[in-house]
Amino acid sequence: MFLRLLSDVQWRTASRSWRSTSSSRHVTTSAAEPPPVSLPAQAQVVICGGGIVGTSVAYHLSKLGWRDIVLLEQGRLAAGSTRFCAGIVSTVRHLSIELKMADYSNKLYQQLEQETGIKTGYVKTGSISLAQTQDRLISLKRIASRLSVMGIPCEIMAPKQVAQLHPLINIHDLVGAMYVPEDAVVSSVDVSLALANAASRNGVQIHEQTSISHVMVQKGCVTGVETDRGQIECQYFVNCAGQWAYELGLSNEEPVSIPLHGCEHFYLLTRALKKPLESNTPTIVDPDGRIYIRSWQGGILSGGFEKNPKPIFTEGRNQLEIQNLHEDWDHFEPLLSSLLRRMPGLEALEIMQLVNCPESFTPDMRCILGESPTVQGYFVLAGMNSAGTSFGGGAGRYLAEWMVNGCPSENVWPLDLKRFGALQSSRTFLRHRVMEVMPLIYDLKVPRWDFQTGRQLRTSPLYDRLDAQGARWMEKHGFERPKYFVPPGKDLLSLDQSKTFYKPDWFDIVGSEVKCCKEAVCVIDMSSFTKFEISSTGDQALEVLQYLFSNDLDVPVGHIVHTGMLNEVGGYENDCSIARLNKRSFFMISPTDQQVHCWAWLKKHMPNDSNLLLEDVTWKYTALNLIGPRAVDVLSELSYVPMTPEHFPSLFCKEMSVGYANGIRVMSMTHTGEPGFMLYIPIEYALHVYNELMSVGQKYGIRNAGYYALRSLRIEKFFAFWGQDLDTFTTPLECGREFRVKLDKGTDFIGRDALMQQKQDGVCKRFTMFILEDHDTDLDLWPWWGEPIYRNGHYVGETTSSAYSYTLERHVCLGFVQNLDEETREAVVVTPDFINRGEYEIDIAGQRFQAKAKLYPFSSLFTQRRRKDEMELSGYHGK
Amino acid sequence: MPAPTQLFPLIRNCEIGRIYNTVCYCHHKHLCCLSPHLAHNHLRCAPQKKLATLCPKENFHQFIHARSYVSTPQRFYLTPPQVNSILKANEYSFKVPEFDGKNVSSILGFDSNQLPANAPIEDRRSAATCLQTRGMLLGVFDGHAGCACSQAVSERLFYYIAVSLLPHETLLEIENAVESGRALLPILQWHKHPNDYFSKEASKLYFNSLRTYWQELIDLNTGETTDVKEALINAFKRLDNDISLEAQVGDPNSFLNYLVLRVAFSGATACVAHVDGVDLHIANTGDSRAMLGVQEEDGSWSAVTLSYDHNAQNESEIERVKLEHPKSEEKSVVKQDRLLGLLMPFRAFGDVKFKWSIELQKRVIESGPDQLNDNEYTKFIPPNYHTPPYLTAEPEVIHHKLRPQDKFLVLATDGLWETMHRQDVVRIVGEYLTGVHHQQPIAVGGYKVTLGQMHGLLTERRARISSVFKDQNAATHLIRHAVGNNEFGAVDHERLSKMLSLPEELARMYRDDITIIVVQFNSHIVGACQNEDF
Repeated sequence: MFLRLLSDVQWRTASRSWRSTSSSRHVTTSAAEPPPVSLPAQAQVVICGGGIVGTSVAYHLSKLGWRDIVLLEQGRLAAGSTRFCAGIVSTVRHLSIELKMADYSNKLYQQLEQETGIKTGYVKTGSISLAQTQDRLISLKRIASRLSVMGIPCEIMAPKQVAQLHPLINIHDLVGAMYVPEDAVVSSVDVSLALANAASRNGVQIHEQTSISHVMVQKGCVTGVETDRGQIECQYFVNCAGQWAYELGLSNEEPVSIPLHGCEHFYLLTRALKKPLESNTPTIVDPDGRIYIRSWQGGILSGGFEKNPKPIFTEGRNQLEIQNLHEDWDHFEPLLSSLLRRMPGLEALEIMQLVNCPESFTPDMRCILGESPTVQGYFVLAGMNSAGTSFGGGAGRYLAEWMVNGCPSENVWPLDLKRFGALQSSRTFLRHRVMEVMPLIYDLKVPRWDFQTGRQLRTSPLYDRLDAQGARWMEKHGFERPKYFVPPGKDLLSLDQSKTFYKPDWFDIVGSEVKCCKEAVCVIDMSSFTKFEISSTGDQALEVLQYLFSNDLDVPVGHIVHTGMLNEVGGYENDCSIARLNKRSFFMISPTDQQVHCWAWLKKHMPNDSNLLLEDVTWKYTALNLIGPRAVDVLSELSYVPMTPEHFPSLFCKEMSVGYANGIRVMSMTHTGEPGFMLYIPIEYALHVYNELMSVGQKYGIRNAGYYALRSLRIEKFFAFWGQDLDTFTTPLECGREFRVKLDKGTDFIGRDALMQQKQDGVCKRFTMFILEDHDTDLDLWPWWGEPIYRNGHYVGETTSSAYSYTLERHVCLGFVQNLDEETREAVVVTPDFINRGEYEIDIAGQRFQAKAKLYPFSSLFTQRRRKDEMELSGYHGK
Repeated sequence: MPAPTQLFPLIRNCEIGRIYNTVCYCHHKHLCCLSPHLAHNHLRCAPQKKLATLCPKENFHQFIHARSYVSTPQRFYLTPPQVNSILKANEYSFKVPEFDGKNVSSILGFDSNQLPANAPIEDRRSAATCLQTRGMLLGVFDGHAGCACSQAVSERLFYYIAVSLLPHETLLEIENAVESGRALLPILQWHKHPNDYFSKEASKLYFNSLRTYWQELIDLNTGETTDVKEALINAFKRLDNDISLEAQVGDPNSFLNYLVLRVAFSGATACVAHVDGVDLHIANTGDSRAMLGVQEEDGSWSAVTLSYDHNAQNESEIERVKLEHPKSEEKSVVKQDRLLGLLMPFRAFGDVKFKWSIELQKRVIESGPDQLNDNEYTKFIPPNYHTPPYLTAEPEVIHHKLRPQDKFLVLATDGLWETMHRQDVVRIVGEYLTGVHHQQPIAVGGYKVTLGQMHGLLTERRARISSVFKDQNAATHLIRHAVGNNEFGAVDHERLSKMLSLPEELARMYRDDITIIVVQFNSHIVGACQNEDF
């Protein structure tokens, strides 16, 4: 009903002036001018969308050997956002995976002209990112140290050097810049046409003027698509519909939620300068001025990401809104001012056009890639956050690999569709969130920033209580979690001023919470955890769990098992704790953002057996982490049950009463290595139990604590956290968790063969803990994550998380160390000996700090505690 | 000291003095003794003294110091969106509908809004189109001693005016319809904000009084065409008379009985505009004001007052009141700028305490419900009360022929006029209304424009519109200035947020209820009508 031709005529007439003035297009390929052939009745893959993303997916699928592919485009190829794209290909990215995608795209586009014979407008201009502030320069330096370990040339330079690279630039307000000489510009339309051309030579059929009304789904699998020109049966469907991906996703009977929302995006085209600008003039990115400037036909093309974006298409495709996509000069004024400040010489340059091209944005500024959790064979690649050209090539490749091989060659969890659920699909939420996300593209990204919009969606029943006690909140998967508690009378900086790469203003607050966890007792509300219950009438539950998890779950009732949920190559799909409630039912706790992913994985691998029941009980329980040496006292006072280790050993789960409330699931673990208990409380008792804990705990010095304290505790104890340290490419052997894998538990489990092999061959990377030696907490930049690790001066890996350890009074970084062969650059086996016999340095924004590497946590440093348990306890949560 | 604790997080010590200084003389009550902060048993005290002893500056400071530990800086300001939600809560806009793409009315539409200081607000507003005659009615009503009277007047007055304007035949038609139980011709089309309510309980009672009025008009049939000025005066006087009578007669229903008494014992001023083509009539009773915004040929704005304030600042009013009473009362009838030393407006609806004889008052109170008897105020007889009535609801009516340069009319209660000069009011509204129209989008469309030229143009546009920020409603815009203006005449967010975050109990000390209607005239039609006339 909806994907009705988005008045193709409108688009073309509206954009004709631009088309006529832009470089003459080579519309000679068969792909661009398809004969009006009828659609095939069936195909293996149907791709929706003929922009740079869709054509890239088609190109890569055909490269990987798939031939039976149909690409459908409702209008013309490359006529949507791709047409209006500024065409900048830049590797200046914050996320490793994005950086890799951009790097691959760059290399792909570079050789595309040679491969296809189609001009792509590829010019290696280089890009210069400007810093107007010291903080911005730090941010650039952090990117620079990552780029250089990836072998991408880059240079931090002084303003004067910038002036030598660009003839027009005003440098008086700059403190520095980063030059990436291999960044490029392309004509994104021509790149798409070239990709389409290459794909069609490999057998991909391309049909323009064909719109899809909905995807047909049977029994949770894609069976075909319904178009305005008939049906096509297919096994796989790829939604690359850009702006319209959200609506297309919802049009199925079994809706696929693809959270993205459009915003208007403006850029300016000018006529040529008197002395035309060279086509290889570097692209300027001035994030503090919120603008980018590239050379374009002797003049410039300049756009930006304003503070007050204009969201569009909230109510779906709207003809009126499309027609009203006018130039809005008043809206562009701040960006124009910024442009003229950067290049005052442009005052006399004549305007050609202000282009208004909507772009789609996602709730976390990362693109959406992957298979739907609800419909098998339904793949998505959309929501490029106006970096479609930079990511199109790489993202297309990963998606193609995923479809053909079952998984991509890199960890794409940060981009995975399954990081979102239906809860991010509200139009109001998306509209508000993208208004924050779009300016964020050029905002300074400091450690630990939180989104401010779309908040307070999921909250614990204790939210108001905790908020009144000074809680400051962060959000994960829509759930509000306390970061720390500001004591009465103390005041923190306002949000804007608190942005820093150095010691944050909450340092002492978290310090005292940590101290209380170590010496007395604290309560942390950890209700956001994903909680599933699996039960069966017979032994089916145990059987399926034994097959899905690497640890042995056939334990006595009441035991808790930490275990990985591994994939075929032995990597962590999830890391969780499972309590055996009784012989036939299990309670499973996983990280908050696993709610969709884990559910989909379990559903996919569980037999279709009506006697086997899987239930998401996340909403049913409030989870309180009672942490610290006095937790035992508090709890035994409230339950009249002795809680000492003799009566309640570590890693046990009992249902008991706490205060008046009965049936509270108490587990002797804390996710941090500290002594204490997790309480899973049916939500209606939450307030009661909390009140009781606080009043009884008073004499033991109880207080609230937040996730920052938790993180400091778990990192100093060397606990890995899924999603941060662990990913689908990390095996238990690589992070020292061999003891949680029972290769000989008597049944086969997913990933067993891979682990057997790895056990024989040895691991090629090893999870290691680093203690920064010469780092001044007060004066030096703080580590975050993603910092390069150097061993004896050679790059060996990246950090994955870091925290200040209040016990060691040092910074602790966790990360993976590889042993890269000096000649082949291939990773070879890493032995403990290799780790132990190296001099390490961590590179924080270009400055290297000495670090001591450790493969095992400091047990001796922390008082006389139950040492054995520390190895058994797990922390997989808390950022 | 009944000062509420919520105030203290809101106001820093240093600000207290500043704000406090303006309190005492800036915001007087119509009827001082009814200030909600003053105990009822202090009626006889002079009002200013009352306020002064209540919160001497030093004490206030000490008090703040003593309690300063409760202040949390985060609570200090309302954010701009919070401020907006308060300011916009009561805003209403009406655009006269167009026929055939043309608006044939001399009115383009109106914006109205009100900002409470009393809780509940005592101001009321009304707007309606007359359906059986031509023209539109707009009015603001400022209640005192409660909101009962202003509420009743806001519901009823326009019906009285409309009926007074109706020709004999229409009155007959209506009476026949009522008599035979047929559907009644609608007389008024109301333009109401959802918060503007009508009391359902009293509608029957009100209707019967109104019917009696038109029956008398039918009987009186003079055969002459109705003069608007006369109709307005008659309607005002008749309604006030009905209010008084209803209270004397009472009602068997105890709720209604209490209601009519509350209406009669409270009071309200009224400022009503009747616009029909180029004929603008303003009927005013009390101290609300009607101001015409005139745009001079050079584009500047000037204010033309279309009403006389009925208060002690008006010499002829003092003269009038004195002449209506014996020489012996000359000193007592106006005291401390108040009628009998008590009432600020010299004309008002209701307020039977200033109209009825002492005997009548006593009789009604004694036979009235207990609530009335327990009320100290109603039992209290004004001092020097010798020759009632001292008060009238008769309006002064001013007629004005609209000219093309007359762009808009501002009707507002004294809450606006005591904080802002009329000239400023007219300038702010004028610039707002014209600024809105200057906001056409610009397009390059084929012209040769350089980046520099475009930048200059945009910067200029930005400067022009920055003062008009966010408000879609002229009345809201005016309130924002009235409450938030700093010494330079610009809106100061900090001040605005402070004023709006005052707790209910204190708001009334810093400002009065403000009610504003801004009527925009249609210059094209006004120009055309004018030409026809000559």
